Amino acid sequence: MVPFAGWDMPVEYSGLSQEHLAVRTRAGLFDVTHMGQVELAGKDAVAAVQWISSNDAARLKIGQAHYSGLTTPAGTFVDDMLVYRFGEDHFLLVINASNVEKDVAWIAEQTRRFDVAAVDTSARYALIALQGPLARQVMQRLSNVDLATIKYYWFAHGEIAGVRGTLSRTGYTGEDGYEVFVPPQQAVRVWDAILDAGRDEDVIPAGLGARDTLRLEAAMRLYGNDIDDTTTVLDADLEWIIGWNKGEFLGRQALADQKARGVARRIVGFEMKDRAIARHGYPVIIDGAEAGRVTSGTQTPFLKKAIGMAYVPAARAVPGMEFDVEIRGRLARATIVPLPFYKRPRG
Amino acid sequence: MYPADCQYTKDHEWIRVTGDAGQVGITDYAQKQLGDVVYLDLPQVGRTLKVGESFGTVESVKAVSELYSPVAGVVKAVNSALAEKPERVNSDPHASWMIEVTLASPGDLDALMSAEQYSDLVK
Repeated sequence: MVPFAGWDMPVEYSGLSQEHLAVRTRAGLFDVTHMGQVELAGKDAVAAVQWISSNDAARLKIGQAHYSGLTTPAGTFVDDMLVYRFGEDHFLLVINASNVEKDVAWIAEQTRRFDVAAVDTSARYALIALQGPLARQVMQRLSNVDLATIKYYWFAHGEIAGVRGTLSRTGYTGEDGYEVFVPPQQAVRVWDAILDAGRDEDVIPAGLGARDTLRLEAAMRLYGNDIDDTTTVLDADLEWIIGWNKGEFLGRQALADQKARGVARRIVGFEMKDRAIARHGYPVIIDGAEAGRVTSGTQTPFLKKAIGMAYVPAARAVPGMEFDVEIRGRLARATIVPLPFYKRPRG
Repeated sequence: MYPADCQYTKDHEWIRVTGDAGQVGITDYAQKQLGDVVYLDLPQVGRTLKVGESFGTVESVKAVSELYSPVAGVVKAVNSALAEKPERVNSDPHASWMIEVTLASPGDLDALMSAEQYSDLVK
């Protein structure tokens, strides 16, 4: 167990690699209750979400979710988040555990001029994620919701193991799967029921370690590693979460200016050519000088390669180009590859 | 569990001495803590080591750890075959020697733990 944003979290249960492989080939169960929730409701809820979030929330139908940035006026990240449209004027944001206090204060400040209630509802939800190609068949045994009707990045309210909750077809692993929001008092019951229902499929619990290696294979950014309040949405190569056509929002002007100028640096994916793992914070060396930093890096149990992400000068952010990473005083060679490293086979 | 023909450090290395030299590796406890070992970085033959000096690194998916020499001496041999198959550190830790050190001072061994003492330490 390790302390993580005030929670005690298991890095691994039975072993990081086998948990990672279970998610890629069968299914793994994650307790992600540490994630924070903020709900915005009221007459101006749409306008308030549109102001604080980079993506275009007006395009969300009720029952639909998307990834977005909680952006600063500079177009950098206060946090990244999933935005769920619960109702016409009711949204739920899922934010990072380590940022809950900061985000809640930020949202309160930035939505002051709107007729909206913004409430930290983190304590009302336990969040349990079942991820993997067999997630649906296992989860369906426990739910009255016809899971085939929930499309990717959509959700529905219903019963899971006899507990009233919300089933969302989302995740942070690059695999198909579900995240279920249930009352904390019922979380253990739901957790046990899912493991029980998945016994034949050998569903196993998976910890923070596998969550990190899985999300990295899928090239999902991690706040604090790959993105933060010094990296813009464009630096992070996430232009698809910018709602250019929705009107004003925090950071819009800065991002539009940056786009017109062209980005100076961009995040890239890389594979190590030399036998080494380039980890978070290691310097990227180009032409003998430091040209950026590795933001995430690991040896992936599924692809069995050392991979990572790094910021490099935009002119060098081209697949096939190479750079060095300084690893404990030595240089190791890396090649830029397209992201993501892993894409699940479409069934 | 822990072979009686080895001696152990509190940093979870073992040394198996034959004549004037000893082979060094990491213990079963250490490999379990590390998880899947993916890279080994080992020194050149001929390097002089002090007691407790780092002679390389072992890297798992989770973390990088330094390897510390249980004794002073000169690196006599390096197991480059193991560096090619680092997963053997997980499957057979007490047979997976990393370096062989010619002992400068056999008295260094007196400070190390027996298999029994080490078992107690990691219990």
